[in-house]
Amino acid sequence: MRYILRKVALFVITLWAAITLNFALPRLMPGSPVDAALAKIASTGQAITNTQRHAIEVQLGVPHSNVFSQYGQYWKNIFTLNFGRSYSFPTETVTHTIGKALPWTIVLVGSTTIIAFIVGTLLGVYAGWRRGKAGDSAVTIGATFFGAFPPFWLGLLLLYLLAFRFGVFPLKGGYNEGATPSLTWPFVRDAIVHSILPAATLAITTLSGWVFGMRNNMINTLGEDYVTFAEANGLRSRTVALLYAARNALLPNVTAFGLSLGAVVGGSVLVEGVFSYPGLGNLLYIAVSNHDFPLMQALFLVITVSMLVAIFIVDLLYVRLDPRVRR
Amino acid sequence: MATSQHPREPSSPPPQPEASESPLLAAKGVNVVYEPARGVRIWSVRDVNVTLRPGEFVGLVGESGCGKSTLGFALTRMLRPPARLRSGEIFFDGKDISLLDGEDLRRQRRGGFALVLQSGMNTLNPVRTVAHHFGDILKAHKVEGEHWGQAEIRNRGTELLDKVQLDASLLDRYPHELSGGMRQRVSIALALSLQPRMIIFDEPTTALDVIAQKAVMQTIKDLQREDGFTAILISHDLGVVLEATDRVMVMYAGEIVEDQPSRSLVGGAHHPYTEALLRCYADPRAEEIHLGGIPGTPPDLSLSLAGCPFTPRCPLAEDICRLKDPPLAALGNGLAACHVRARKDSAPVDGGVPATVRQPTAQTSADAEAPPTPSRQVLADADGTEVRDVH
Ligand SMILES: Nc1ncnc2c1ncn2[C@@H]1O[C@H](COP(=O)(O)OP(=O)(O)O)[C@@H](O)[C@H]1O
Ligand code: SF4
Ligand SMILES: [Mg+2]
Repeated sequence: MRYILRKVALFVITLWAAITLNFALPRLMPGSPVDAALAKIASTGQAITNTQRHAIEVQLGVPHSNVFSQYGQYWKNIFTLNFGRSYSFPTETVTHTIGKALPWTIVLVGSTTIIAFIVGTLLGVYAGWRRGKAGDSAVTIGATFFGAFPPFWLGLLLLYLLAFRFGVFPLKGGYNEGATPSLTWPFVRDAIVHSILPAATLAITTLSGWVFGMRNNMINTLGEDYVTFAEANGLRSRTVALLYAARNALLPNVTAFGLSLGAVVGGSVLVEGVFSYPGLGNLLYIAVSNHDFPLMQALFLVITVSMLVAIFIVDLLYVRLDPRVRR
Repeated sequence: MATSQHPREPSSPPPQPEASESPLLAAKGVNVVYEPARGVRIWSVRDVNVTLRPGEFVGLVGESGCGKSTLGFALTRMLRPPARLRSGEIFFDGKDISLLDGEDLRRQRRGGFALVLQSGMNTLNPVRTVAHHFGDILKAHKVEGEHWGQAEIRNRGTELLDKVQLDASLLDRYPHELSGGMRQRVSIALALSLQPRMIIFDEPTTALDVIAQKAVMQTIKDLQREDGFTAILISHDLGVVLEATDRVMVMYAGEIVEDQPSRSLVGGAHHPYTEALLRCYADPRAEEIHLGGIPGTPPDLSLSLAGCPFTPRCPLAEDICRLKDPPLAALGNGLAACHVRARKDSAPVDGGVPATVRQPTAQTSADAEAPPTPSRQVLADADGTEVRDVH
């Protein structure tokens, strides 16, 4: 119970710190969003008038009040999900833009992260248990091979072969252009077909990390006295492998899994970019390349908060997994 | 192992009235080698014979690193790579267990041989309760007609915890909630759950504080007397062993160098190494064995040893000691492996060095061909065979 209270307190404090940092950083950075926007207009050859500057200031919601009331307004905006308008998609609010991209990333990156974790962990357990034997070599060599691909490179390769050359999969996007996102079977099927290549790219390139991590942990726990003692007591090897070795080997990996779940919302900039996938990674890329400060700030906020929430959830889950933290 | 030139006498137990009784454990010519993927091989147990009569409580002592644990693991078939039982027979209750494998070996552990490990800290699975531990063992050895449900496991667990003076309330605890002494008692109770006929205790109290050490040792002694299982107590502390056991085997550099009834050992040893150990025992505060007055360290076990392994540190060493490994021969009430003592059958010397004793051979230059460390002769090991005593 003390552990949980401590974790809750820690979560609240870090959340507050991160959100406040997100408020402070843009104000501490040299250059202002208005200047950036004006520079962009200037680069198109238009003359900049004071009216224009004022219009942009109003549009960006440039504050003229003191920093404390700004901070208060900032918190109010967060609770009302009011992040203003972005330059990249001037016709919609930032909340709307992010809300549209979020499900795509969560489904694509989230499910591949979970699948890669489960499959990678099982393979790692197997390889560690059979260490030095043929099964271990097969898994290790396979994981090394696939783990060596840079994700965007593998994405391009798959795209070229399976989409461009053989036309098995669509070339780009998360669904057929022209279709309206809805929860109908034809649309969902279309979305699944579009997600297979990016999902495969992500899964294949992240799998090896879990395999090696788990294999290492497994080999370490197999050297523990409780494994030796369990064998000396004649436990079945399946019990020793799963309940004694793998069960303990899993613990460090759960923390790592929490981190990568948290990173899901950040999307995968490169892979989503390669497949022009309508997710947050792509959106982040658009925001950064357009100096789209409102969008960026909101994205960073969403990414940080979900990272912290994921870590918090895993911390709570850990209580169930490791009795040593229950106090 | 090419030891044919000096076969060791089989270390049958010292002549005793019950000697006719068939032994529970008879291990012959046990050799264990560590073969790491990289690095040199280490010959940790060298041509060891062990015979245990049913109900006997035997100590195994020696400096750290001399191969005690390795021998204990070999006898309970717990060696894992890089360790390998290179040769030897291990008869347990008349059946050679040295070649058993898989399920056959696993089944032998019920009513067979158990091992209690050194560090009580880590021998229990941190994510399982004490009751889980009992359940895992009992279910793994379920025989026809047995049923191990929650209630049965708790009943049996309570019984076993009671044997080691622990309360049944511990069944729902996790290992980290127990003290070191409690954990070691739980380990002992777990080992007892299969009703083994032989238990090897590998430094069962080393990781504990002094008070817990005494209490756990007392429990082990009581259990052994009540249940009558055969036991080997491995320890680097001759004092602990002498107080608990009927007989003591002394190990040095992978070999058994002396084997005597505990009672006669208290009166004096025959092997100079055991004498040195006894002198340490005289100082109850000594935490580890420091061979007072005898400089040097045990030999490198990756090398083939030509003569007596104790030569560089032995105050009695003579020329023959460098050349021939002394056989373990009847001496006193038991066995000892020492050329000088076997020849003179001299009474053990306490303290002072007899006039006849020569300086450690390291200082002699009699043998021009002697390698830099006279006691060791490193011989070609190209084909992986250890060669001893080739002149
Ligand atoms: N895992 C290992 N790998 C290589 N050598 C080992 C290993 N474990 C033990 N040894 C060697 O075997 C010798 C005997 O070790 P051990 O049986 O643990 O001694 P003891 O129990 O008497 O302290 C040691 O000197 C060491 O060199
Ligand atoms: S054989 Fe020689 S070196 Fe070895 S213990 Fe006896 S006297 Fe010492
Ligand atoms: Mg040891």
